[in-house]
Amino acid sequence: MKRNGLKGWLYLLPAIIFLGLFMVYPLIDVVIYSLEEGYNFASSSYYGIGSYNFSYVLHDPYFMQAVKNTFVLVIITVPISTLLALLVSLGLNSIRKLKELFETIYFLPYVTNTLAVGLVFMILFKKTAYSDGLINLLINFLGFSSIDFIEGPYWAKMLVMSIYTIWVVLPFKILILTSALASVDQQYYRAAKIDGASKFKIFTHITLPMIAPMLFYLIITGFIGAFKAYSDVVAIFGTNLNAAGMNTIVGYVYDMLYGASGGYPSYASAAALVLFAIVLTITCINLLLTSRKA
Amino acid sequence: MKIILKNLTKIYPSRDKNKPDDVIAVNGFDFEIPDGKLIGLLGPSGCGKSTTLNLISGLELPTKGQVFFGDDDVTNLPPENRGVGLVFQNYALYPHMTVRQNIMFPLTNVKKKERLSRKEMEEKVLEVAKLVQIEKLLDRKPSEMSGGQQQRVAIARALVKMPRVLLLDEPLSNLDARLRLQTREEIKRIQKKTGITTVFVTHDQEEAMSISDMIVVMKDGVLQQIGRPQDVYDAPANLFVAKFLGNPPISLFKGEIKNNLLYIGDSAIMEKKLSDREVYVGIRPEGFEYDENGPLVFDLERVEVMGRDTSVVYDHACSISDNKRAIIPSETGKLICGDKVRFSIKESKCHLFDIESEELIK
Amino acid sequence: MENINYEKIEKTARLKNILQKTITYLLLGIWAIIVLFPFYWMVLTSLKGYSTYNSEYIPKFFTLSPTIENYIFAFTEVPLASYFANTLIFALVTTALMLVVIILAAFAFSRLEFKGRSLVFTIFLSLMMIPSELVVITNYVTITDWGLRNSFLGLILPSVTSVFYIYLLKENFEQIPDELYKAAKVDGCSDFKYLLKVMIPICQPTIVTITILKVIECWNSYVWPRLITDDPNYYLVSNGIQTIRESGFGRENIPAMMAAVVVISIPLIVLYLIFHKKIMAGVSRGGTKG
Repeated sequence: MKRNGLKGWLYLLPAIIFLGLFMVYPLIDVVIYSLEEGYNFASSSYYGIGSYNFSYVLHDPYFMQAVKNTFVLVIITVPISTLLALLVSLGLNSIRKLKELFETIYFLPYVTNTLAVGLVFMILFKKTAYSDGLINLLINFLGFSSIDFIEGPYWAKMLVMSIYTIWVVLPFKILILTSALASVDQQYYRAAKIDGASKFKIFTHITLPMIAPMLFYLIITGFIGAFKAYSDVVAIFGTNLNAAGMNTIVGYVYDMLYGASGGYPSYASAAALVLFAIVLTITCINLLLTSRKA
Repeated sequence: MKIILKNLTKIYPSRDKNKPDDVIAVNGFDFEIPDGKLIGLLGPSGCGKSTTLNLISGLELPTKGQVFFGDDDVTNLPPENRGVGLVFQNYALYPHMTVRQNIMFPLTNVKKKERLSRKEMEEKVLEVAKLVQIEKLLDRKPSEMSGGQQQRVAIARALVKMPRVLLLDEPLSNLDARLRLQTREEIKRIQKKTGITTVFVTHDQEEAMSISDMIVVMKDGVLQQIGRPQDVYDAPANLFVAKFLGNPPISLFKGEIKNNLLYIGDSAIMEKKLSDREVYVGIRPEGFEYDENGPLVFDLERVEVMGRDTSVVYDHACSISDNKRAIIPSETGKLICGDKVRFSIKESKCHLFDIESEELIK
Repeated sequence: MENINYEKIEKTARLKNILQKTITYLLLGIWAIIVLFPFYWMVLTSLKGYSTYNSEYIPKFFTLSPTIENYIFAFTEVPLASYFANTLIFALVTTALMLVVIILAAFAFSRLEFKGRSLVFTIFLSLMMIPSELVVITNYVTITDWGLRNSFLGLILPSVTSVFYIYLLKENFEQIPDELYKAAKVDGCSDFKYLLKVMIPICQPTIVTITILKVIECWNSYVWPRLITDDPNYYLVSNGIQTIRESGFGRENIPAMMAAVVVISIPLIVLYLIFHKKIMAGVSRGGTKG
């Protein structure tokens, strides 16, 4: 049994090597980068140590725009998607026939390529020389005039973005809530029914408390996920997000690293750390609020 | 193969911070298991019997002491080199393999040089399968079999390498009552046929008594008594063994020896040539004899008819056991009436124990 | 005492029930259409001819003259087949390597005893909370320094471990009763053989689920491949789609674009249709535990 000591480490070795190289080392390195002022990517040299990178990022109008976009997106999509997911799951849970079919359909977007389906959303909303797009025709039909969703006013772009984000994140939430609902012991419902509780009362007094932990979990992960929005935005508005005024914090990080405006890993690191701080703060507030309720 | 345990001790370091004392699972075991016998390791749960089995199998290494198979010191030998077969309480069959693959598995682990050919393996598997009478089930998966059948597969798997020692850990406890009776006969039969020294662990004294050539009674990691089942029953070495063996359990009283007479309460039960002292008196249920003029007077609680026998539930001021029961033949049971019942005591069924040491007074 | 009209109560209750059910199904149906519509639209558009599509000011919801010209276009005008092959290689190699790494690690955590095991495991678990955005910067620099840009190695290396899957598999391994291991020990089975012949077969369902989820993840990955490749010979489908979208077919050829989108979506949809139960169970288990 003594040999086991070494053997255990041997089995762990590949995982430790990969995690060390691509998780732990980068974690330390990102902090170092963020503090190295005037880092030059080509010569790997820098002038000094300090907080200049942070102040640069925080004074960059593109970054502030990205922060604003991200926050708007989070504030719109997290509550709406959670609520919608709850409604859909409740509906799913109340039926028996076709339940599996519906579940299978609802989960489909989870496995599809975000960028691919994003293109479809774009052409549905986009105004072209030939057509105003299906959604605008629908709006016309209702008696309003067409709007350019992809290159038009800010609120319209944000609307498309929110709709697509909700469409993308719902499958996971519906799945989790449906299985949470299904795992509530049926006995409680039977007992409540016999006691003559109304449907609404059953929901607020039994269902909601029983699935509350899962709901909190979804809200917390929802916030975290929404703050990291990037590839769905790219899908709709293309890679030049700054030009579209639709950049997100993660988008800003990547832009700083790579592409036309890239080559500034220090700025990227500072921005990524700011994002991490925001997410951490929001998560802590969330945890505090939910733990008080629970 | 004879098994000898010499001062075998296993100490587990304490994991609980509030209880810093180490746990002594097995404490200084010294005994010899004769070749070709079926031995029952018996004791309440947590007495260290499974640990003893694991020490014999090599799954655990002792803190102190030695284990010998015959003349070989196997104390530090890894399990695979000891030549032991082990059957687990829950059988531990590999769920994804068929019965055939399960039984063959030990043979495939042998090093290349000594490994049998595929055909020889098949023959071996068939041979043990026949021995435990599952040759028709070889292509099933364990999940498609009853508990009793799974048990047989487990035994077959343990036997296929022709082990020097066969170890069974609570082999019957996962079976229902009827299967248990049947399977214990089966174990006895297989053991006799193969002649392999077999050690099995159980907390069920009836199980151990019925099939063992020898039983080893343990308590809190300490060996209490070793011997043939009837000998241990007839002459329990101490109060614990007396209480642990026998169903219904032994009746216990507070007694006293005065002037070479044994008293329970005010009544002198029998002559005992011993110095005056207080004692515990243990009387086996079948040691009571209905006797209208018997010395021992009980308050009669109720009479339970069980067919061949009658069970008399009594009460007595000096009784210190939970189970107050005498078993008498039903013919005499019929004669009982009133709210008192009198018994005389068979001397061979009456054991005296020291108040302090709880050892048998001879 | 008033007579209770049971018949009336029963009737209203039944009506109410039917009404509720109808509304529920109606709403669920509408949501199903919202989910499926983009898929329908992409297939439909991909079957319309370029000129047909552009001549429809009000797009038709069906087409009477489906054409595969867009598909031919998608494969000939842009190297779609090569994107496809790249993604396949990337997904399969990454998944295979990851399986080896995580199985070995999960085995060590669940079965082997060594000093520092629980400490290392705690460190691993805490790594789960690290957002990929934080580490991607250094990884980008590392891979660039190693000269692995525009290579499969550069694409693959950073994603061959997943702490989450190690955790999932370890939990699964631990459910295998201890006795099986002891039995195997007594039977002279080595640790490695036990892993290969007993643990992996028993935990096969979980391993299959992890494989599928990882393949899906690889197939859809966009950010890392975009950072690490600028040579179209190494583009994965996501990057391919983005390129098609931005410079694509020379002119805005939406039907051909949709054909490409259909082609890259199909493998996953087929995978999903076959394994939807496994995938959903895997994700919900991961979701509730992680």
